[in-house]
Amino acid sequence: MVTQTVTKEMEFGENFTLNFGPQHPSAHGVLRLVLELDGEVVERADPHIGLLHRGTEKLLENKTYIQGLPYFDRLDYVSMMCQEHVYCMAIEKLLKVEVPERGSYIRVMFSEITRLMNHLLWLGTHALDVGAMSVFLYAFRDREVCFDFYEAVSGARMHANYFRPGGVAKDLPEGLTKTIKEFTDAMKGRLDEYEGLLSENRIWKQRTVGIGIATAERAMSHGFSGPMLRGSGIAWDIRKAEPYEVYDKVKFDVPIGKNGDSYDRYLVRMEEMRQSIRIIEQCIEQMPEGPVKVQNFKISPPKRDDMKSSMEALIHHFKYFTEGFHVPKGEVYAAVEAPKGEMGVYLISEGGSKPYRVKVRAPGFAHLQGFEMMTKGHMLADVTTVIGTQDIVFGEIDR
Amino acid sequence: MTHIDKLHDSSKLLRVEEAVVNKFKDSITHSAYVNRELTMVVRKKDLLKVLKYLRDDRRFMFKCLMDICGVDWLGKRDERFDVVYHLLSVHKNMRIRIKVSVAEDEAVPSAFELFDAANWFEREAYDMFGISFENHPDLRRILCDYGFDGYPLRKDFPLVGKVEAYYDNDLKRVAYKEVDMPQEFRRFDEQSPWEAMTGNATLADNPNTFSEEEFK
Repeated sequence: MVTQTVTKEMEFGENFTLNFGPQHPSAHGVLRLVLELDGEVVERADPHIGLLHRGTEKLLENKTYIQGLPYFDRLDYVSMMCQEHVYCMAIEKLLKVEVPERGSYIRVMFSEITRLMNHLLWLGTHALDVGAMSVFLYAFRDREVCFDFYEAVSGARMHANYFRPGGVAKDLPEGLTKTIKEFTDAMKGRLDEYEGLLSENRIWKQRTVGIGIATAERAMSHGFSGPMLRGSGIAWDIRKAEPYEVYDKVKFDVPIGKNGDSYDRYLVRMEEMRQSIRIIEQCIEQMPEGPVKVQNFKISPPKRDDMKSSMEALIHHFKYFTEGFHVPKGEVYAAVEAPKGEMGVYLISEGGSKPYRVKVRAPGFAHLQGFEMMTKGHMLADVTTVIGTQDIVFGEIDR
Repeated sequence: MTHIDKLHDSSKLLRVEEAVVNKFKDSITHSAYVNRELTMVVRKKDLLKVLKYLRDDRRFMFKCLMDICGVDWLGKRDERFDVVYHLLSVHKNMRIRIKVSVAEDEAVPSAFELFDAANWFEREAYDMFGISFENHPDLRRILCDYGFDGYPLRKDFPLVGKVEAYYDNDLKRVAYKEVDMPQEFRRFDEQSPWEAMTGNATLADNPNTFSEEEFK
């Protein structure tokens, strides 16, 4: 943190400007904040973003649909599969294909594992920012187990590229559901443990209760979504309101807060993790046998076996990965309930195998916009609490 | 038809369409309900009126502005840009898409007065496309570097950019120079002249060509 030198000439009561970041341990990446302070009270906060801008949208216009998919892992790089999901959904909506049921269940299961991963990271880093070290270590231990599930299905720990238009890349390996079940069983007790460390902790409550309040009206006007909106008392969850995949076939509750402060959002996210576990368990129970991706081999790659014997399949395989499939002309907006909020993709296709325009609607972008509204009048130390409670990741904000 | 399509109730959005089209006959140039989504093209001068009506009317309550997106139609349309607004009503569980088209030298009225969220989204559209917004309180660049030249998402902006950053040993700081490609940028054009991968026309009727026996 670089502070402006406060010289003796500075008059009493005069505001001064503080440059926070871009390299700061609690900036969760590369956030540069220009804070105008009156003593220790924040008067104005101007987030400068874009330090991680990689031109994803421009790149997507120049890649085929399957080539563009891995970029989505790298948007919100702590909830990877949810980002892939939204792009796949947009493409499927234009292609008018339906994912086979088993594929849908796998997607929902991994979306919820991703939610667990994201919330565990949020919990760990948020608590660390506020001053609790041990939660961070515990949360990261559990997050590591989730990475193993990623690795088991896709071969990659983080940037999985597992969801594909029309389904998922391959079926679950033998025995994975059993391992996941063991994990979720253990996880229930651990969540109680973490809540035991924080929920009634005096310091934790002093640092979060009443900090960063967003009223319902304000939250809506600022385009908040996900836990940020639910923390303010609005029962809005895309999984319930516009069910996609098989969310209409699993039972879960949507927790909401009352006061819209950091503590309520903490409680909301903790409960969401429990609900995620519930969904994962139901998915394991209900998951049918069958194919995991659309069996139209224009959309999904042909089977390996067929390629050994059929010339057409080989040609198809080659064309599939070089030219890519063509998506009919049209425009769609697809949205999923990503762990951070509404992740949306607005996709315009002019026909052909590359999109004409892809706009990524990142939840964090809207949340960070409300940063000034949430920090105004708070102390400098609360700035880190608000960054933590917004669950900010720069991959998706800067794109 | 997918099982999600069956859950969707189209009558709600069609009612919105009817109400808005009736109220703003002259302002709405096009309206369509496609892919479970309602899209309306609005004249630029009436944009704020329509947005305000959608936000405040008790039947709609589109209080959330989820996204503003610029689109460049270089060489395809007379008015080069589209600005696309995505509105969400959490009360009535509806979404609507409002579009305005704008020429390169024109400005769109800012929706900042109606939605706080418009502030950054409009800054982003300005940053990426150079679309200007009237009465915007703070129309600065947002994602691009300080002092960046050009609008990167325009179709005539090169993919590799125009300048690249390097560390200048004499100046002892990061500086910019023109992009220098040691190898020419290779643009692969694998599009077949014949219709190889376009066989999607029948997909809508027959999404799964898979049969149960085949899998066993």
